[in-house]
Amino acid sequence: MSEERPLVKFENVQKSYDGEILVVKDFNLDVAKGEFVTMLGPSGSGKTTCLMMLAGFEPTTNGTIYLKDKPINNVPPHKRGIGMVFQNYALFPHMTVAENLAFPLEVRKMGKEERERRVNRALDMVQLGEFGNRRPMQLSGGQQQRVAVARSLVFDPDLVLMDEPLGALDKNLREQMQYEIKHLHEQLGLTVVYVTHDQTEALTMSNRIAVFNDGVVLQCSSPEALYEKPENAFVANFIGENNRLMGAVEAINGKQVTVKTDSGDIVIATKANVNAVGERTTISLRPERIVVAPKAGTIPNSYSAKVEELIYHGDHIRTRFSVCGHDDFIVKIPNSIDNVSLKEGKQVNIGWMSEDCLALDG
Amino acid sequence: MSDTSTINSQGQLLTSDGVPLKDSLRKSLRRTKIRSFLLIIVPLLFLLIMFVVPIGTLLTKSVDDTSINTVFPKTFAQYELWEDKSILPSEEMFAAVINDIRITHKMENSEGKNIGKNLLGKAGTRMTYEFSGWRSLLLKTVKEATKVDKKSKEVIKPYVLEAPYKEKMIKRDKRWGKVEFWQSMGAMKDPYTMGYYLNAVDLRYDANKNIIQKNEYLKIYKTIWMRTLQVSLIVTLACLFLAYPVAYLLATLPMRASNLLMICVLMPFWTSLLVRIVAWMIMLQQNGVVNDTLLTILPCFEGALNFPFIGETFIDLCFGEEDRLPMMYNFTGTIIVMTQVLLPFMILPLYSVMKGVPPSYMKAAQNLGATPTWAFIKVYMPQTVPGIGAGCILVFIVAIGYYISPELVGGKDGLMIGNFVAREMQQTLNWGLAAAMGALLLTAVLALYWAYDRLVGLNNLKMG
Repeated sequence: MSEERPLVKFENVQKSYDGEILVVKDFNLDVAKGEFVTMLGPSGSGKTTCLMMLAGFEPTTNGTIYLKDKPINNVPPHKRGIGMVFQNYALFPHMTVAENLAFPLEVRKMGKEERERRVNRALDMVQLGEFGNRRPMQLSGGQQQRVAVARSLVFDPDLVLMDEPLGALDKNLREQMQYEIKHLHEQLGLTVVYVTHDQTEALTMSNRIAVFNDGVVLQCSSPEALYEKPENAFVANFIGENNRLMGAVEAINGKQVTVKTDSGDIVIATKANVNAVGERTTISLRPERIVVAPKAGTIPNSYSAKVEELIYHGDHIRTRFSVCGHDDFIVKIPNSIDNVSLKEGKQVNIGWMSEDCLALDG
Repeated sequence: MSDTSTINSQGQLLTSDGVPLKDSLRKSLRRTKIRSFLLIIVPLLFLLIMFVVPIGTLLTKSVDDTSINTVFPKTFAQYELWEDKSILPSEEMFAAVINDIRITHKMENSEGKNIGKNLLGKAGTRMTYEFSGWRSLLLKTVKEATKVDKKSKEVIKPYVLEAPYKEKMIKRDKRWGKVEFWQSMGAMKDPYTMGYYLNAVDLRYDANKNIIQKNEYLKIYKTIWMRTLQVSLIVTLACLFLAYPVAYLLATLPMRASNLLMICVLMPFWTSLLVRIVAWMIMLQQNGVVNDTLLTILPCFEGALNFPFIGETFIDLCFGEEDRLPMMYNFTGTIIVMTQVLLPFMILPLYSVMKGVPPSYMKAAQNLGATPTWAFIKVYMPQTVPGIGAGCILVFIVAIGYYISPELVGGKDGLMIGNFVAREMQQTLNWGLAAAMGALLLTAVLALYWAYDRLVGLNNLKMG
């Protein structure tokens, strides 16, 4: 894919609404054909603004957006040929489902037979073959969602944008729709730019995720890389659950960093985003990578911890320890027979491999 | 979980203590029902006393003819026996009239006070509506018929006028010899009449109570009804065209600008109607602002020009004193003023509907390839139909019964039915006719409502 020209290219894009604050600061992103790219970030981080600029509803303040190597800054939305699924679906309430789907085809002056063929194909694609004559209001949330997806695909756009399309659905339906959209993407070879603030959604569906905060992309990489190798504390914290220990760098030894935490404990961590001895650092640890009562000598980092709270979660027990001066250190302990002996107030040793903890920016 | 509810012999569901579930539910809801009823009882009574009762009473006046029937029972009985209504009735009928007059003249109420003279006066007024001249004829005859011979020594002094009456009555007033007067009684002989309604639409009863057209020179109301409809329609359409862009701006502009615009819309709404009408008078009259401005700014060219091919042509392009546009005290004036006055009634419902149309629809339509104009026509406008309907109905209903503006600026050819209702109420005192016209207006409005319900559905109506 890397040799092909990217389908979409954001080049130094900036956006300001009032001329005082930049909502998007120097945004650069390439989307290859067939890729599923997610823009992830808390609300107000500029991700939807980027999507709206791509769709043509917001002008860029500075920089250029390319679609198939052509700058599209001055192309009005209706000439961009980009499909879009809106947050609240934006299905036209005065038209039936089939009329909704036929709308983009009618606008393109397609013949009646061709129109019907395509509408039926799109409806079958989302398993709503019999619902063509219903009004959108007569459908359930999940069905409306599918119609919206079908409508964005019916005119074979080069690119499909989705703006938090699953936000209004309940949890089960949301998960189901995640898979359906993912399958559609794979089957049809679609190029999708997806916006969400839900990190699980992003991890499940995407080829690549761009994590936004405050108008800046902090990291843009595959879900695995984001989770396993976050480049900074914000990403580590935003993606998945995360324990943090604050401290200062004592020594750097190749890939390994020795950190003295604020409580005075020494932690051997993996170097990720620190450069010099004496720098402040945040050590990031995934709750599922922590070992309770490790065998002595097998693990470089081992500390005495007190069990503060046990929360039963079915498949795992969420345990809150106080260790290294933190009393909100979360460990996910698998619900197996060996681990039922933990009681609140008990002292145990916990530890972790140095590969599993990353020394990030302070 | 097991089903603990039980069912009695009639198949009703019972609660745990054996009371039918329905009764139990009703009992538990009764308190709330009583409380909510007590809350609405005051406005309900107000509505009943201030609205339903007066309107109902007035509407009964449009068909009520009992008063004249208590005055002339024998006459109307004789009228039924009158066979050939193209020749004068027989002596019996003349006698019945005199008898009825004499009986009514002495009529007393329960307190012993004479009400007969008053009744005869009212009867005269009522009869004049059917045929002009009746009132003076009746009052003159009452005087003559009830004159008694004062020189007589008898206890009950005899009347001066004695039978046979026919010849004497015609001799004293030749109107009694005109068959038209007698024929007009046919319209009054039943205690309930549709006569006022017929009158309101330029029809009348003939002697045999068949419905016929009025004489051509008496036909006035049909023109007025048509004009009322015409004015209401033009005003409604004009309001729609003017209000739609304003409402769209109100709904889409940023908060600050739209608030300012809203004040501009509401400011005239809060201003006294009279002030606004007078302002229009100043603007539109013959020597008003608009005409003066036109006179000043329009170029004046008068003279001969030599055109190629056409040759020398005389051109008069002057907007002179004699060209001043008549825009006040006529049809145009009524339209202009009513449109301005009723505009908010169109803007507000439209605005409330447009406010509820999410901007994402327009975006979606454009994203799907529609030009902004096409998206507006195909996606935005259909969703404002409830607002269009509500605004049009509201403006039309208010316009159809409008009275003040046409009265002040309508001149002669801008008057509407409302002005005639007022005229009948205040000047002619023909309340029956006024009530009939009012009832017809009410029917028109209800019919409109019904039609709207059929076409669009009343639950789609959004009044703002």
